[in-house]
Amino acid sequence: MQLTNRSKVVVKKEMTFIERMYLPAIFSGMFITFKHLFKKSATIKYPEQTREFSKIYRGQHVLKRDEKGAERCTACGLCAVACPAEAITMTAAERKPGEEALYREEKYAATYEINMLRCIFCGDCEEACPKEAIFLTDRKVDSFYTRKEFIYGKSILVEGLESDKRVDVSVRETKAVEEFKKQKEFAHNETYDKNKKKTVAGH
Amino acid sequence: MAKVTIDGHSIEVPDGTTILQAARMIVQDKNYEGENIAPPTMCYYSKLKTSGGYCRTCIVKVTKGSEKDPRPMPKPVASCRTTVMDGMEVVNITSPEVLEARKGVVEFLLINHPLDCPICDQAGECHLQDLGYEHGLAKTRYDFSRRTFNQIDIGPYIKLHMTRCIMCFRCIKVADQITNNRYQGMLFRGDASEISTYIEKAIDNDFSGNVIDVCPVGALTDRTFRFKSRVWFTKPMDAHRNCTTCSGKVAIWMKGNDVLRVTARKDKWGEAIDWICNECRFEKKDAKDWVIEKPSHIDRHSVISQNHYENLAQLKLDISKQQKQIAGKK
Repeated sequence: MQLTNRSKVVVKKEMTFIERMYLPAIFSGMFITFKHLFKKSATIKYPEQTREFSKIYRGQHVLKRDEKGAERCTACGLCAVACPAEAITMTAAERKPGEEALYREEKYAATYEINMLRCIFCGDCEEACPKEAIFLTDRKVDSFYTRKEFIYGKSILVEGLESDKRVDVSVRETKAVEEFKKQKEFAHNETYDKNKKKTVAGH
Repeated sequence: MAKVTIDGHSIEVPDGTTILQAARMIVQDKNYEGENIAPPTMCYYSKLKTSGGYCRTCIVKVTKGSEKDPRPMPKPVASCRTTVMDGMEVVNITSPEVLEARKGVVEFLLINHPLDCPICDQAGECHLQDLGYEHGLAKTRYDFSRRTFNQIDIGPYIKLHMTRCIMCFRCIKVADQITNNRYQGMLFRGDASEISTYIEKAIDNDFSGNVIDVCPVGALTDRTFRFKSRVWFTKPMDAHRNCTTCSGKVAIWMKGNDVLRVTARKDKWGEAIDWICNECRFEKKDAKDWVIEKPSHIDRHSVISQNHYENLAQLKLDISKQQKQIAGKK
């Protein structure tokens, strides 16, 4: 049965004297090797050199804070249910009075863990997030000696409070996200302008 | 007996049956293989007398009044309150007009709803969420500020979020009919109406916890389960125990070996099969208290059915049925 037209018929004829010497074959092989000395190198000298990243490179996750520094994540669990690798686990807790500056809504993630060994960096968690809390960034995940260290908790994932420790994710904010932020019912997003809110007498 | 035709499916039902009940009878028939033609309900609850007639979600169009008077009814009618007539012809999901009207009803139900599903414990088993999803209404066009209330603790076990309430009156009817003392009621009128217990008096009755099960939204939630887990990360199991106050037949929602929540078992329409007592619901949170029978049946359209395996033969049947329906729609 012929499956393709590319099959070759193998001819097992006896080798000639020159072929049996193998020298021409060796020299032609050496020539190919030697030729590569003058070619442009295919590798780079990492870590001194780094390759150019794609604009939408999906690396280590960040849990964003809002403009006031409160955590956006409400532990709704949609990222975990969207995750094809089941890398995300979390437990929720209720915000106590006085913690309004720390957590934006009455429920927050007490623990939030991503198993970086399981994660396939597909970005589905980012897409599922209704609160614009999780984003993938262009940072690479570090390498470690033990598996335990790859389970990233909130201490690594949540961005810092100080302005220089904030992680810029504006490249990840697609047109759809920008459009989403304009909607009034998602007023918790930072580009939303509160002064434009309509007020009606008696309401 | 009266013969009624709903979306082309005929059934003989006793006089006095409502259109909604007749539609449910058609769907529940063992040989029925079509789509779910039973209208969705937010306020009607078959186990509560005089429930229904508030939310208008179940509206259908009557194209032929009866054999004697074949004129169609001029406006869509609430199927939970309209009784069948002999020879009546009703359209529900086959009528674009009904679907459009229902879409409007859903939008009205969402007017004051905070859409805080990421926080709400009901998310995943919320009837309003399903309804909004089915009708493609994830948001409202409402532009004014929504009414807000403070959260109320009704006793040590129940939390009332009035902001999420859609005024279905089910919890009031539970308090009226299941328990012997009614404490809560509807205060004020129209837009300003709210469920309250008057001076936030604690409901002190063995069966008060059932208001959590009947609530179609997240207005009444279990304080012992508050923010413990999203429902789709827990595994529902049918379980029972010897209880002197109730039947003891419940569904326990487990995560690993922990019982996070106890609810009544729900039927095909999301209604509680047996009322359960507060002791079973709130105080028996140890797997040792329960005799586990089998995984509860979860409909395949629900997010809770993810990673939930009950009966593989049934699962295969459900999948093939679903695929047939999808193929039919194309």
